[in-house]
Amino acid sequence: MTTEVGAETEVKKDAEQAGAGQAKDKPDEASRTTEDEKSRKASSEEPLDSSSVPVPTSPSSQKKAKDLSESKGISRFLPPWLKKQKSYTLAEPKEEAKKKTVREDQVIEAGDCQLPEEAPQPERSLKGAATEKEHSAKAEEKEEKRSVSSAETQPAKEDGKEIEVEKVAEEKEEKQVEKEEKQVEKEKRETKEVQTGEIKAESIPQKSPKKIKTVQCKVMLLDGTEYSCDLEKRAKGQVLFEKVCEHLNLLEKDYFGLVFYESSDQKNWLDPSKEIKRQIRSLPWLFTFNVKFYPPDPSQLTEDITRYFLCLQLRQDIASGRLPCSFVTHALLGSYTVQAELGDYDPEEHRSDYISEFQFAPNQTQEMEEKVVELHKTHRGLSPAQADSQFLENAKRLSMYGVDLHHAKDSEGVDIMLGVCANGLLIYKDRLRINRFAWPKILKISYKRSNFYIKVRPAELEQFESTIGFKLPNHRAAKRLWKVCVEHHTFFRLLSPEQPPKAKFLTLGSKFRYSGRTQAQTRQASNLIDRPAPHFERTSSKRVSRSLDGAPIGISDQSLLRDFPTARGGPAGDKVLDIEGAGQAKLKEGSREENGSPVKTPQLELIQDGKKLHSLKVDGENIYVRHSNLMLEDLDKTQDDLLKHQASISELKRNFMESTPEPRPSAWEKRRIPPAALQAPARHGSRAEGPCAGGSDADKSSHETLDIVEEKKQAEVGREEGVVIDETNKGKMQVATDAGETCKVELLSKKDSSSLPSDSSSSSSSESEDEEVGEYQPHHRAIEEVIREEQEEEEDANRKKEHQEKIKQPVEAPTEGSKLNVPVEHAAQVAAEALAQENAVTVATEEKKVSEEVKQDVGEEKEEEQLRLNGDVSHVDIDVAPQIICCSEPPVVKTEMVTISDASQRTEISTKEVPIVQTETKTITYESPQFDGSTGGNAGVLLSAQTITSESISTTTTTHITKMVKGGVSETRIEKRIVITGDADIDHDEALAQAIKEAKEQHPDMSVTRVVVHKETELAEEDEE
Amino acid sequence: MAGLGGGPAAFGRCTHAVVRALPESLCRQALRSAPGPDVDFARAEREHQLYVGVLKSKLGLQVLELPADESLPDCVFVEDAAVVCEETALLTRPGAPSRRKEVEAMKKVLESLNLNIVEMVDENATLDGGDVLFTGREFFVGLSKRTNQRGAEILADTFKDYAVSTVPVHDSLHLKSFCSMAGPNLIAIGSSEAAQKALKTMQQMSDHRYDKLTVPDDAAANCIYLNVPSKGHVLLHRAPEEYPESAKVFEKLKDHMLIPIANTELEKVDGALTCCSVLINKSSEL
Repeated sequence: MTTEVGAETEVKKDAEQAGAGQAKDKPDEASRTTEDEKSRKASSEEPLDSSSVPVPTSPSSQKKAKDLSESKGISRFLPPWLKKQKSYTLAEPKEEAKKKTVREDQVIEAGDCQLPEEAPQPERSLKGAATEKEHSAKAEEKEEKRSVSSAETQPAKEDGKEIEVEKVAEEKEEKQVEKEEKQVEKEKRETKEVQTGEIKAESIPQKSPKKIKTVQCKVMLLDGTEYSCDLEKRAKGQVLFEKVCEHLNLLEKDYFGLVFYESSDQKNWLDPSKEIKRQIRSLPWLFTFNVKFYPPDPSQLTEDITRYFLCLQLRQDIASGRLPCSFVTHALLGSYTVQAELGDYDPEEHRSDYISEFQFAPNQTQEMEEKVVELHKTHRGLSPAQADSQFLENAKRLSMYGVDLHHAKDSEGVDIMLGVCANGLLIYKDRLRINRFAWPKILKISYKRSNFYIKVRPAELEQFESTIGFKLPNHRAAKRLWKVCVEHHTFFRLLSPEQPPKAKFLTLGSKFRYSGRTQAQTRQASNLIDRPAPHFERTSSKRVSRSLDGAPIGISDQSLLRDFPTARGGPAGDKVLDIEGAGQAKLKEGSREENGSPVKTPQLELIQDGKKLHSLKVDGENIYVRHSNLMLEDLDKTQDDLLKHQASISELKRNFMESTPEPRPSAWEKRRIPPAALQAPARHGSRAEGPCAGGSDADKSSHETLDIVEEKKQAEVGREEGVVIDETNKGKMQVATDAGETCKVELLSKKDSSSLPSDSSSSSSSESEDEEVGEYQPHHRAIEEVIREEQEEEEDANRKKEHQEKIKQPVEAPTEGSKLNVPVEHAAQVAAEALAQENAVTVATEEKKVSEEVKQDVGEEKEEEQLRLNGDVSHVDIDVAPQIICCSEPPVVKTEMVTISDASQRTEISTKEVPIVQTETKTITYESPQFDGSTGGNAGVLLSAQTITSESISTTTTTHITKMVKGGVSETRIEKRIVITGDADIDHDEALAQAIKEAKEQHPDMSVTRVVVHKETELAEEDEE
Repeated sequence: MAGLGGGPAAFGRCTHAVVRALPESLCRQALRSAPGPDVDFARAEREHQLYVGVLKSKLGLQVLELPADESLPDCVFVEDAAVVCEETALLTRPGAPSRRKEVEAMKKVLESLNLNIVEMVDENATLDGGDVLFTGREFFVGLSKRTNQRGAEILADTFKDYAVSTVPVHDSLHLKSFCSMAGPNLIAIGSSEAAQKALKTMQQMSDHRYDKLTVPDDAAANCIYLNVPSKGHVLLHRAPEEYPESAKVFEKLKDHMLIPIANTELEKVDGALTCCSVLINKSSEL
């Protein structure tokens, strides 16, 4: 977040904020921001060397350390904020990394950065015109947004002007929202600050795992060699992946991944964003380096070394039979392999049996070897790199190239295979393709237990979407498939702006990046590769193939490794293409990030996390929606067209990529933003009542002026699936419906009459409350996962937001709301009016998200909200609904429900887990902006505080009541922490719902402003992924 | 060994063609999907000779002409006996039991061309070549009265490089009774509801986007596309006298060398243009 540009904007923002009367918070924020930056920096370094990570923050460091050590397990027992902090901290490292990257980029490409800013300016003007009510605060927000947007738009400037405009409009809205939120946040700052401090502490420990022990881990490489290194026990997957790539001298690494096997056929991709230990659990630290995304056109890879590794992978695939080929093709590909490894055929050197050392096919025959020799003779003069290219040109045409097959049964119990590829989902029965669902046709992907569902866009003459279910062998398999689908869709369907590889690396320390990055982004990044073609030794495929025989796919090769070295210095031309563009993109991102971070360090982090979470969620949702739109368009377009189209959206995509797709973020963001704006002056009592809120929508500004005491009930439920719902569902409901606006409303519920007009825009919120509760769990879970991911990658979230926005724009500006939300968040961050506020905002947004999710569960409600949001942008609703991909975690039953609810038509965005994100411990915080205000109570005076604890069989409820006076309005805040423990036998969702219901009943006059769900689950299921 | 299919650019390349003379038994014993006028054998022969003449003389293919077998009334429709793609030939197991022996002669001639021969020995499998549409990128196999799932599976096993998608065929004898390739990436398709439905199925199943050439008459949608080095795009299509409206559509293909061929007699026994030949692209070196 420390980008130069960002700093400037921050200063401005701060000034503005001060003008707004938030000066008090500013200093704190500044200090916090600095700390945050430090921590971020540290975190960015962490991925590389966890030990070296500096511990920037002081007081919290201890806490962090504790948290780190105890981490998730303890989280249940930690106070809500601690939990939040944890989540934040998780997110922070990513954010920090992003920030760093951004900073670097900015520094390097400062000129570029400015350019991007210029581009956004027009948008600003537009925005300004659009938003009448917005004052200096808005301007600040705008600036922030601008910077963000500029960063986003820059890469796609050429194609994305239109999009930008749309974004601007959205941003305006968001800004307004943000202002409101900011106000609220200011009020809440106090609480936020405390939280931030804690958060910082938490984040630090994660960053610097000093206490962590090291574990030796081994990685089987594609050439059959084994790479071993020592990792901290808590190291994330990204750390190992980076090490391996460094060892391999591989820059275009986004196509690759690390695999660990539960059994010979249970292949799991190591999530770079999660701790390795949690993923592999008790399995040995043994991994295989594999191609994860097979580039449809390998010739577009930048470096020969990348193609070489792809060749090695394909040789394995072919030799093992995973990639079926005809006899002729086996021989042809084999001949290129021989040419690449042995060079020209030499009758003297190459005796009759020279070829038999290689394995070209699962069933290699003498005849085939003869054919290989025959063909080898014809390749005279081909360099190894050329031979590899020819190999790939032929291999890529194989029908099963890049198709990841999964065993399944159809609805009638017939054995089929589901193949995930770049273009969509293929259904095979006995090698025959019996159906195909291109990504554009798929509106939603979900899984529940061992069932995998795809919701398909209605055919030409059909009116209704259909949901197709498949039965997988087990829950894990279903989840694996789901993840693979989400990742492939994201990687191949979404375009992101060009970014320099460095930025990616730095920015994306986590898996999210890795999985998150789209092919477009990767290509852009690879264009920036500026190094002489690296020398690398080609290891004879013989060994590999040998080892492959009989041995499980990747691992077998290890023993056989020989280094066969044909040193090749492929003169790979330095490609300095689009660097500027990439730089800009980075800068943009950085600016965005910066905006968020600079404002208030601790808060920022929290906020960012929250934002990220929100944004991630939102982004994801939006992304999917947008994608769907894109996909639709794409159907009729050629890939090139698509690419172009995507290019404009690329920025958005970037966000997506990094953040991972999540459903309906935009709406949330919008909602969030408005609340912030409302909150800015003082907490506006936007009452949780959804309908009321709708009515109150009236104006953020009004909210700003009014100081409302907000009462928050936070029910934190620690479950395996636990969802913590703050206070009542109502709040959530409201949030969901109103997205940005609602959040405020929820907060408002407290005392102030000031209706949150803007929030209420989507008034359905209250209605959905009940439903939300019921459906909550699935959504929560989903949300939680998403949030975690988001947290991990705050920047990503921002990016996602951007992406979403971008996406929305392309789609038809459907997700304006989301865009707005994003900017709002950024603005909020930048504004730094109150770190707490921001945090609150983020929380609020999260809540909104949750509520949305809940609504989604409810189906109609969410849809309604979205619709409402869409209503603002009409496009959004439509697009979103069809496109949304709901990912439900296994435990969530509601997911299916959601699917069913589709009838409501509006998209049910049940985001379960982002594909990559699967953490054992999940902390999801849903807050309405007001909460922050209430908690923070910038100007508030503490009247009283009391804590009550009660226990029942499976739940422990801790109630913390705080009464404060702010701006003449007394605010009572009740925090309830509900810990639900138990086995799978316990219906956590139900327990949570019950707890929420009780909380509502106990405090009918209060609204739920924040719900933090901290879920600890046994690694087994979740971690697998 | 130009590689997998040689890519779209090589689609339609052809060096050899296998044809077979008409047996007189065709007139009365050939299978028919529906009763109709009698076949004028003399005219049928003339039309067939013209057909072979175009392939041989006009296009310069090496035409391998098998003698007629009076015990096999449908033997002129050689397409159903074998599917040849690149260097591999799949000898089918025709859905009509009376036609199973047609494969024997086909096997001999294909062996003489030194192709990789795969035989369909599974007694549960049936496959008529007329149900197999090769687009240059993938296969579509019509599941019809003559072709079943198992036959399609064996085809998929034979041509592993390519995706093989199945297409239900209900109202027609074969998949290619209403469609064919009219050029690289160009599918000629009839206008009937069944034809259009099949096209939609194929479009959904494919990763590629094909252009389509819709002609009013299903029968006219069966044409033969060739890529002849000296002549470029060549298209053999039904004569304007037979299907004037469809012929007009073909005439809009400016880049194609159009060769109208009448097929009035064999059509009476469900014969189409593609039915009467097996086209093979034999690279000289191998």
